[in-house]
Amino acid sequence: MIKLKSIISKIIASSIILIMSIAYANAQLTNIIPFGPGGESDVTARLQQKYYKEMFNEDMVIQYKPGGGGAVAWQTLNSEKNDGSVIMGANLPHIIMQPMANKEKAGYTTSDLNVFNFFHYTPDAILVEASSPHKTFKDLVAFAKKNPGKLTLSGSGTYSANHLLTIQLEQKAGIKTTYVPFKGTGAANQALLGKQVEGSAGYSTIGIQLGDKARVLAIASDKRLPAFPNVPTLKELGYDIVSGAYRGYALPKSTSTATKKKLSDRLMKINADKNFIKTMEDGGYVVVNIGHDQVNKFMAEQKKINESIAKSLGLIK
Amino acid sequence: MTSLFADFLSSLSLLNVSLAFMGVLAGIIIGALPGLSATMAVAVLVPFTFSLNPSSALIVLGAVYTGAIFGGSWSAILINTPGTPSAVATTFDGYAMAKNGNGDLAMSISCMSSFVGGIVGVICLALFAPPLASISLAFGPTEYFWLAILGLTLISTLAEGDNIKSLIGACFGLFLSMIGISVVGGDMRLTGNISFLNSGIEIVSAMIGLFCIPVILDLTSLKGKHLTESDAPKSLRLVEAFSIMFKNKFESLKGSLIGTFIGILPGAGGSIASIVSYGEAKRTSKKKDNFGKGEPEGLIASETANNATVGGGFIPTLCLGIPGTPPDAVILGALLIQGIKTGDTLFTQQSDIVYTFIFGLALATIIMLPLGLVMGRYAYKFIIRVPKEILIPSIIFLTIIGSYSIQNSILNVYFMFFFGLIGWVLNRAGFKASPIVLGLVLGGIAEQGFVQAYIIGNAQDAILANFFARPISAAIIFMILIGLFYPIFKDKFFKKKELIHD
Repeated sequence: MIKLKSIISKIIASSIILIMSIAYANAQLTNIIPFGPGGESDVTARLQQKYYKEMFNEDMVIQYKPGGGGAVAWQTLNSEKNDGSVIMGANLPHIIMQPMANKEKAGYTTSDLNVFNFFHYTPDAILVEASSPHKTFKDLVAFAKKNPGKLTLSGSGTYSANHLLTIQLEQKAGIKTTYVPFKGTGAANQALLGKQVEGSAGYSTIGIQLGDKARVLAIASDKRLPAFPNVPTLKELGYDIVSGAYRGYALPKSTSTATKKKLSDRLMKINADKNFIKTMEDGGYVVVNIGHDQVNKFMAEQKKINESIAKSLGLIK
Repeated sequence: MTSLFADFLSSLSLLNVSLAFMGVLAGIIIGALPGLSATMAVAVLVPFTFSLNPSSALIVLGAVYTGAIFGGSWSAILINTPGTPSAVATTFDGYAMAKNGNGDLAMSISCMSSFVGGIVGVICLALFAPPLASISLAFGPTEYFWLAILGLTLISTLAEGDNIKSLIGACFGLFLSMIGISVVGGDMRLTGNISFLNSGIEIVSAMIGLFCIPVILDLTSLKGKHLTESDAPKSLRLVEAFSIMFKNKFESLKGSLIGTFIGILPGAGGSIASIVSYGEAKRTSKKKDNFGKGEPEGLIASETANNATVGGGFIPTLCLGIPGTPPDAVILGALLIQGIKTGDTLFTQQSDIVYTFIFGLALATIIMLPLGLVMGRYAYKFIIRVPKEILIPSIIFLTIIGSYSIQNSILNVYFMFFFGLIGWVLNRAGFKASPIVLGLVLGGIAEQGFVQAYIIGNAQDAILANFFARPISAAIIFMILIGLFYPIFKDKFFKKKELIHD
C-alpha cells in the first residue's frame, strides 16, 4: 500500500519535473509571445528559434501569454528581468492603437514598451472567394461605388491592421464599405470562403493558406511579393497605402543600451540568412530590417498614420 | 486502394509506432492535469518535431492531441473538474458514477467511448473530408448564433435539479461572457477599470474554480472518503464495461457522428459537440431519469462526441486551411513550417503525407485503448487509496499549476480561487456550476454571431431574412422549438391518452 503510493507519487513528481525541464532546459533567451500558439507571431518566432540555436548556440524558449489582443502581456513587460534574457513580441498597430482607443484603461502606454526591432510584416491584402464575380480590384471598387455600404469585408478584430486598411481604403478610394470583425483570421476566412461576405480585408499570408480557394486582388505592400508575382500593390493601383501587421520585439524599459544592441544585432543576423528569408517569403511574409537605431523613427511615422485614422474613427480629437 | 494500404504500412514503421505510443502517453498525462490543455501539449512539442520528417512529426502531434482530449475525462470523472470545456458534459454522469462507487467502470467506459468516437472521427476524415468541409462553410454568423441558442436551450435538458436555478446560473454565465473588450466594436465593457479583465473572463481558470474548489472544500469539511470503492475486486471491470458499450452501440455511434459533424465547425465545435450529444442522448433515452445520477449512457454520449471532434476538427484544418480547434491551429502552423500546403491539393498532390497522418491518428486512437484502460486503473486507484491529507494538497497544487500555466500569470490563480468561492457559495444555495460555464462559453459565440449577422444583414438590407430565411438556420430554429415545446405537447398528449383509457 505505502509502497504503491510512494511509487505513484514519485512517477507523478518525476513526470512533472520532466515536462518542466523539457520546457526550460538550458533556457537562455525567453521569448514571450503575447498571443496564443498557432498565430503568425508564434509561427515566425518558431522560424527564428531554429536559426537562433544554430547561430548563437543558445536556446530560444517560446512562452505564451495571451489575452486582450496582447495587452495582458504588454502590461507586465516592465516587471520582467532586464538583463536581456527575456524578450517580448511587440506588434503594430496593436501597441499604438490599443492605448489610443482605450486610454488609461488599456493597462499600458506605447512608451512603456522598449521596442528594439521589427523583423517582418504581413502586408494587408484584399481577397475574394475564388468564384467571386469581382475579378480585379477595380471591379471591387466599382461595385462599392455603385452600392455604398454593400461591400462587406470580413477581417480579424476591431482597430486591427485589417480594420485600419478598410478605413484607409475608404478615405483614399472615396468608397463606403462595411467591415465585419471576427475573432481571429480563421473565423474571418471561414466567412470569406463560405461567401457570407463579399470579400476579406486580410493578410498576404492568408492568400497562401487558402490556396486556390481564394483570389488575392491587391496587396498593401511597397513592392510586389515574390509569392504573388501577378498581384498588384495598392500603390500601383493608385492608392498610396502601405499597411500591415509589423512584428518585432521589446525589452523592459530599464534594459541597458548595450543589451538592446546585442539582441537587435543577433535578430538582424537571422534576418540576413538566405534560407530564413526564403521560408518567410514563401509564407507570404515580408522581411524588414528595422534595428534598434531606426526603430524610434519608424514608430513615430507609424504613430502619425494611426493617429489620422483614429481621428477619422472619432477615437481621438 | 492499394496505395492507401501502402500508406498505412508506411505509417506503421517502428519509429512512428513508438512516437505514437509516447505521444498518447504524454497526452493522457497532460490532459488529465486540470488546466494543462491539449493546445499547450501540442505547442510544447512543436520544436521537437522540427528534426523529424513531416509525417512522423504529424503523427506525434496528432497522438498527443488525441491522448490529451481523452485524458481530460479523467479529472472530470475523478475530481469533477473538466480539463477543457469539451469535458463539461462528462462530469454530469462520470463524477456521479464515481460517487456511486463505479469510478473504475466509468474510467473503462470513458476509454472505450473515446476510442469509438476517435475512430469514427478518423474514418470520416479519411473518407468524407472534402464534402464535409464544404458543409462547414455553409455555417455563417447566423448559424453560429442559432447554434449557441440551441446549446443554451439544452441547459434545461441537462440540468440536474431546479430548472429556474439553472436558468439563473446560465444568465450569470452570459453576464460573465460580456466582460472585457468586445470583439465587434472594440468597446471596453464591465471591466471596472481592472486592466486584467480587459481580455474577458478566462474560461478554463473560471471552470477549474467553479467545479473543483467546491469539491475540495467539501472534501476538507466532511468526514469520509472522497470516493467509495466498488466491491468488485482488482479488475478493470472490462467485461461489464464492454457489455454496456455493446448494449449502447447505436448510442455510441450517434454520439460519434454528432461529435464529428459539429467538430467540423471551426471555433464552436469542441465545446458544443459533447453538450448537444448529451442533450440528444437524454432526450431519446429510455433511462432519462437516471441521467445526471450516474447513467453510463450519458458518459458514453459525452465522451464519444468529444473525441470524435478530433477527426472532425482536422477536416476544415486540412481541406480549407482554417483550424477547427485551437490545437489544430498549432498543428497548422507546424504544417506550414514543414512546407506542407493545406487545401484540396493536399489530398491529391501530397496524399501520401495526409493519409500517413490520418492513419497515424487511427494508430494513436488504437494505442489509446489498452494504454488508457491500464493507466486509468492506476489513476483511479491512486485517487481512491491515497489518504485525504495527501489528496487534497495534491489537487490544490495541480489546480494552481494549471491555472497559472494558462497565461503564465498569477492573476489567473487568484481568479480561480475567487470563482471557487463563488462556486462553493452557489453550490450551497443549489446552483450548479455547469449552467454558468455553458452560459460563459456560449455567450461569446451567440453575441458575435448575432452582431456579425446583423451587420451583414444590414448591409444587404435584409436583416430579418438573414436571421430566419437561411435553410440551415431554419433547421436549427426548428430544433430549438422542438426542444422547448416538445415536453409541453407531450404532457398534453399523454394526459389525453390517459383520459381515454380511463
